[in-house]
Amino acid sequence: MNLKKLIDEDRFGGVFRVHRSAFTSAEIAALEQAKIFQRCWLYLGHESELPNAGDFRRRTLAGQPLFWVRGSDGRARVFYNSCTHWGANVCRLDEGNAELFQCFYHAWTFNDQGDLVSVPDEAAYGEGFHKEAMGLASPPRVDNYRGLYFVSFNRDVEDLISYLGNAKEYIDLILDQAEEGWRVVPGTQKYSVRANWKMFSLNSLDSYHVRPLHSTFFKYTESLGSGDPPPLPPIDFPGAQGRSLSLRNGHGIDIFPSLARARPIAHWHPILGDESKEEIRKRRAGLVEKFGEERAYLMCNTNRLMLIYPNFALHDIAGVSLRYFEPVGQEYMEVTVQTLAPRGESAGLLNRRLENFLSFLGPGGFAHPDDIEAMESAQIGFRAGGPEWIDASRGMHREATALDELHVRAFWRQWHANILGYAKAERHHDALDGERISEGTKK
Amino acid sequence: MMSKRDDSLDQRLAALLLEREVENFLVREAALLDEWRLDDWLALFTEDARYMVPATDLPTADPKETLAIINDDMARLRGRVERLKSRHAHREFPWSRTRRFITNVRIKEIVGEEILVNASFLVYRIRSGQVDPLIGSYVYTLRRVDGALKIATRKAVLDLEALRPHGTVSIIL
Repeated sequence: MNLKKLIDEDRFGGVFRVHRSAFTSAEIAALEQAKIFQRCWLYLGHESELPNAGDFRRRTLAGQPLFWVRGSDGRARVFYNSCTHWGANVCRLDEGNAELFQCFYHAWTFNDQGDLVSVPDEAAYGEGFHKEAMGLASPPRVDNYRGLYFVSFNRDVEDLISYLGNAKEYIDLILDQAEEGWRVVPGTQKYSVRANWKMFSLNSLDSYHVRPLHSTFFKYTESLGSGDPPPLPPIDFPGAQGRSLSLRNGHGIDIFPSLARARPIAHWHPILGDESKEEIRKRRAGLVEKFGEERAYLMCNTNRLMLIYPNFALHDIAGVSLRYFEPVGQEYMEVTVQTLAPRGESAGLLNRRLENFLSFLGPGGFAHPDDIEAMESAQIGFRAGGPEWIDASRGMHREATALDELHVRAFWRQWHANILGYAKAERHHDALDGERISEGTKK
Repeated sequence: MMSKRDDSLDQRLAALLLEREVENFLVREAALLDEWRLDDWLALFTEDARYMVPATDLPTADPKETLAIINDDMARLRGRVERLKSRHAHREFPWSRTRRFITNVRIKEIVGEEILVNASFLVYRIRSGQVDPLIGSYVYTLRRVDGALKIATRKAVLDLEALRPHGTVSIIL
């Protein structure tokens, strides 16, 4: 297989296409594990999931069993979930609280900082056995940005903050919406898609599909009546068309006005309930006061579909959702979705926030099941022998709107660079002066 | 010889009849869903009813304060049915075949006009070359309205650890 030819791009002619073997080849899936999932930063979780000392959560990242625990010293650590003796899992619950983690096989016991503290019949071991060196092992890099924790299995990976590139400013734009801070709402949507994991990355950026694929959702929300009229956008906002942006390093974002859509922060619509109207308007007024009308407009009246490369979607639409997906082979993935809410949000608005979320999102929503159908349908389509490529050239010749595929191309360029063994793509954008274009709304 | 019938026998007969009535109700409901007679199915609900599918990691939690999979009031449930009847609910166009096995029906409590019922379910969804089992239990509150049973709450609690490998609850579970 000639890996160089997986992407065919002619930026002057407006051609961008990706060879379908990217979705179907076992060889490429293995390369992705080695060159992407073992090399990048991968999303692990949000700090609010471990509020107290001893709190732990199990995770699987890049196929590896991990657990994440807040030690009695207050620090959150990540361990490989494997006893240093014969390898069994030492953490056997998805979540909980514990001071000690005792392996059920031979009763080796570790504390909440990973130290091996007890070995039954320790005298049976000789001089070469060093208990202090037999603590639980950790992935080489763990870091967080504003409470979002990431892990890398690559000791030499660049710092998280530089890896996040321009995604950082949009994480700020989301998290700054609640100065009291955010928490993960209990309850996890765990599901799967019978498709290549990259279909989820692409679907998470793309809003071109939204009108045709999700018409039944809009029919439902429109039947509920209309919300507060949207304020006029600031003068330099690109308007109703929104923007598709590359955020460097494969990350991208789709940003567009929310217009008639409900936003708990902060655009009222009947789906959020009459009783929530005041709380939502107050939130907006507070944000205008703190950040000015322009930034408050971006926060409250635009939606964001952001992908942190390779497999973490942070969506700020119908609520804030955290979606990460694990490839399992080349034609199947496991998806995990959680949602954030401001700490101390009223019970009434929290309830409405969740109902609004469920109306659109999730495996039982009015829209997302159809995303899954589309991804699976494409995966079946890829079995067809005729067409060799998928096309991703939309909007290549212009300043990309939200419906264009600039961010999708940025994803593919980074992916291709990684597959070929490079840490970064030479170019994330379309045009030669693309830096200026792709970062047009940056202040 | 006893001239009057034994009171306790009357009670036991009444309990038995109620059990049969509840079981028949659930079996008829399952048939309506398997036959995709969704409007007839909607008519089984009270106006204040809720239909819920909790998250697989928090099966007993209150969906008002936790993320669930489905938490419908009647407006959203009607919207859900409307959507499923259109040609644009792509996950269910064409409709899946389903077969529901409802067993282990137990009346847990009777409070005034309301009957709390638990039952086990095994629902197969069959579509696009896949046969996917959904396994769990129902928690119902049935209410007697003008002599007939109606559904006031209907919670489908999945035993599955995750919606894998099928990914969605696109049918009525």
